[in-house]
Amino acid sequence: MGSTQVGPAREPVRAPARPTPTTLSVTQHVLEIVSDSGEGAQKCGQIFGRVSAKMGNGVWTVEIIPAEIQPPARTPPSASGNRVRIATGPVTNWGDDANLVVAFNEQVLLHRHRLGALAGDAVILIESMWATHEDPDIRRAWAAAMEEMADCAYRFIPVPMEEQCLTVVDNPRKGKNMFALGMLAWIYSRDVARIKEQIAEEFRKKSKEVFESNVALLDLGYRWAEEHLDFRIEVPTTPPAGPMVVMNGNQAIAVGGIAAGMELCAMYPITPATSASHYLSEIFERFGGVVHQAEDEIAAIGAAIGASHAGKVAFTITSGPGLALKTEFIGLAVMMEIPLVIVDVQRGGPSTGLPTKVEQSDLLAAIYGQTGDAPHVVIAPATMGECFTCMTTARRLAEAFRTPVIVLTDANLATGVQAFPRPEITEAWLGSPPDQGPVAQGAKPYAWDQETGLSRRILPGQLGGMYTATGLSHDEDSHVGYSPDVHERGCQMRSRKMAVLHQMLEPPVVHGEPKGDLLVVGWGSTLGAIEEAVDRARAEGLKVSSLHLRFLEPLEPGLKRIFKGFKQVMTVEINYSDDPADPHITDENRRRGQLSWLLRANTLVDVDCWTRVPGEPLRPGDIHEAMRAAVARGGRA
Amino acid sequence: MTGYNTCSLLSCATDDDRSWDMEDYAGPVAKWCPGCGDHAVLTAVERLLEAEQLPPERTMFVSGIGCSSRFPHYLRTYGFHGLHGRALPVATGIRLRRPDLHVFVVMGDGDCCSIGAGHWIHTTRYNPKMVALMLDNGVYGLTKNQTSPTSPRGLASYTQPRGAYLPALNPLTATLGVTNASFVAQTGDWLPAHLLATLRAAYHHHGFAFVRILQRCPQYTDDLFKEAMRNPDLIELLVHPDGVNVPELESLYKNQRPHDPSNLHEARRLAEPDGKIRLGVFYRNEDLPVYEEVRNVPVPAATEKLALLNTELDRYAV
Repeated sequence: MGSTQVGPAREPVRAPARPTPTTLSVTQHVLEIVSDSGEGAQKCGQIFGRVSAKMGNGVWTVEIIPAEIQPPARTPPSASGNRVRIATGPVTNWGDDANLVVAFNEQVLLHRHRLGALAGDAVILIESMWATHEDPDIRRAWAAAMEEMADCAYRFIPVPMEEQCLTVVDNPRKGKNMFALGMLAWIYSRDVARIKEQIAEEFRKKSKEVFESNVALLDLGYRWAEEHLDFRIEVPTTPPAGPMVVMNGNQAIAVGGIAAGMELCAMYPITPATSASHYLSEIFERFGGVVHQAEDEIAAIGAAIGASHAGKVAFTITSGPGLALKTEFIGLAVMMEIPLVIVDVQRGGPSTGLPTKVEQSDLLAAIYGQTGDAPHVVIAPATMGECFTCMTTARRLAEAFRTPVIVLTDANLATGVQAFPRPEITEAWLGSPPDQGPVAQGAKPYAWDQETGLSRRILPGQLGGMYTATGLSHDEDSHVGYSPDVHERGCQMRSRKMAVLHQMLEPPVVHGEPKGDLLVVGWGSTLGAIEEAVDRARAEGLKVSSLHLRFLEPLEPGLKRIFKGFKQVMTVEINYSDDPADPHITDENRRRGQLSWLLRANTLVDVDCWTRVPGEPLRPGDIHEAMRAAVARGGRA
Repeated sequence: MTGYNTCSLLSCATDDDRSWDMEDYAGPVAKWCPGCGDHAVLTAVERLLEAEQLPPERTMFVSGIGCSSRFPHYLRTYGFHGLHGRALPVATGIRLRRPDLHVFVVMGDGDCCSIGAGHWIHTTRYNPKMVALMLDNGVYGLTKNQTSPTSPRGLASYTQPRGAYLPALNPLTATLGVTNASFVAQTGDWLPAHLLATLRAAYHHHGFAFVRILQRCPQYTDDLFKEAMRNPDLIELLVHPDGVNVPELESLYKNQRPHDPSNLHEARRLAEPDGKIRLGVFYRNEDLPVYEEVRNVPVPAATEKLALLNTELDRYAV
């Protein structure tokens, strides 16, 4: 790549006209598109990601989301957009640094720069109008930003986006994203026909004029890049082995919920879970389903429990603060043994925390957040594909074990886009209609099998089965009983189901060798970043492996035996833990990562942790560094 | 009807040759205190079930927590004795997927007007077809004598020993103030005939039938309606062909006010306290949207569902 670099306080250099482009061929590339909130960079990134996936590139996208809907323009917190990582093979995480950035102003670029999101030699296509803007404050802000980034070897390429867009539309705020998409299409040799198809899909509810002006802007950006840029980037594609689909985790949860045969999603709006209910609200009725937007989080789970109890397993979808409000009802569903699926799209906490940003800090609340002893299932999908299939798994487990099942996803899975093998849905996924036949004489609502704690449900409507379900301690007949034997038996039966499920699970498979110096254990959306870090560490000779857990309650079997193969075990998680080097922190008072806490309690192995709460996904490079440090320490932290 | 109903229709088919007496609906002996108004309501409900011949297996009583919420345990129907204040969302969820079930909700004044007040307001607006019984004795009895939102001003309790500080919340005006409210009635536990007639009107209402039942707690609010029970002149019965009419009360209760239940403005005026205790149907309107009907969508057969799912996946195909 050339060196058309712009230093501080200098005028942006004009891009060379009609150069002969050089093509850089790479197996993976990370690009970002950032704008002020409302300028559409996210839509640009999403379309680019989907088209790249459809062309046969591995893809992972991550949304860059401001906390407010319309934060002040041209400020770092306003940065909104997408990171897209594309590769020749599969992509499992968002990578480390961005290699190419399209920035609609220097302030949103500065935001990414300050977060260390950009590679030292990143190519930056930046809207050039601000450098020569009539407002001296804006010119000064531009100069100051350039000064701040002067130490980096970024290659700035000024692009007159607004000037160009004004030749097609009146309001460039509504058009720059498609112009940028056109530039990216030329740079990465994207299939323009597919892009136009995708634009048609995204704007299917808008007028023909909107579609046509977007396409004109796309073509304009494409031509501008062709005439002015001196480089192209080639990321060869590989045809996938079988049919694939590309969607984000919330879309996968939504369609997965329908494919699981559920017909009611009761919810209350909460970020970052809402997009799943938006999508469901659009399509669910075609499948005979209803999105019930309840008056609050409590009523939402209450309605789901009502439908589930009456024979149609329902789900509710929420995030941390909503999970907190649902706590009492989760305990009731445990006590009454009502199947139910609760999806928690985790965000930063505690309290309102980081509404739009990823964290994995609801694990212990999901497992232990209820009062009393409330055994139930907690699972965590690790990919978009698992978000889809886990809904059927959750519904089946909920029915087979008569229990609520909590599905923990997070903002990273919810908004990120990834291609995965197209699920082959069969009738078995949908489950059976509720049994409305008469019950056998003397059948009990909690006829617990003493060995397993399992029992057959009696559903309202079944002749001869009348009983009253209660949250009070009860016996097999659902008769209220306060005696020690009734309460102890009930607790024992509900708990035993978890042990039975535990014994039905397969031990997890180690990524890497089953013996070594360090085993990293993760859960949820960090799978790809952890395994990429392990592969890098192993390539440089470190004896590092990893293990990824999908079942958190009950935990997957065989962990103690697997841990024995390693000198050290360390979790990697997106939640808070004390750094052993921090003031006052000792081995006794150190607050550890939530999975590490759980594993220590369950295995009595001294499981260490490396956790971060940056409000963004972990980078494989940082995990790699942590692995090196852990191996170098050789033993204890 | 929403969703599947083939099996429930099968069980329907057997309804014709079955019939039920009051005892068929009766569960174990109720453990409420002697003299508690809940007993009278239970009896009236058993009478209602018998009068309407509701199949026990297709009848569901949902309750919250409190003395009155033990109600489902004392009936031989399906029951759901859930959380304090949260009976209405559960009942709404049942109606959304099982409109073939007859749903009754039993709440106390703390359940409905305090911890569950949000659900009360919103369920009134959703207007699902169900009967909501609010057994109002003006006090928390199960937790032993705390002030409730409907405790009369001045009533001494363990939490407000110098008397309730604020005037009582009026559940009638509150419900009548909610958009899409469709049925509001009031009756008293000491008038079994009026109670039963009101329950029957509520059961036949197409929508959310809110019935406030005035009663006393023999332990903590024994005097609440003592005067009204002794002196029929303190009572005013709302009468109308579209409301509740109890001919046997006519000789004793001279205060009879014709009131057309379709008149919302008048209903709100009559619900304001002015020294009279008014019993009857304040408001009834069957032309309002019923939530589970508004949200009713046909469920496609499994094969059709699979085809639709595959069409949906095509949108995401690589």
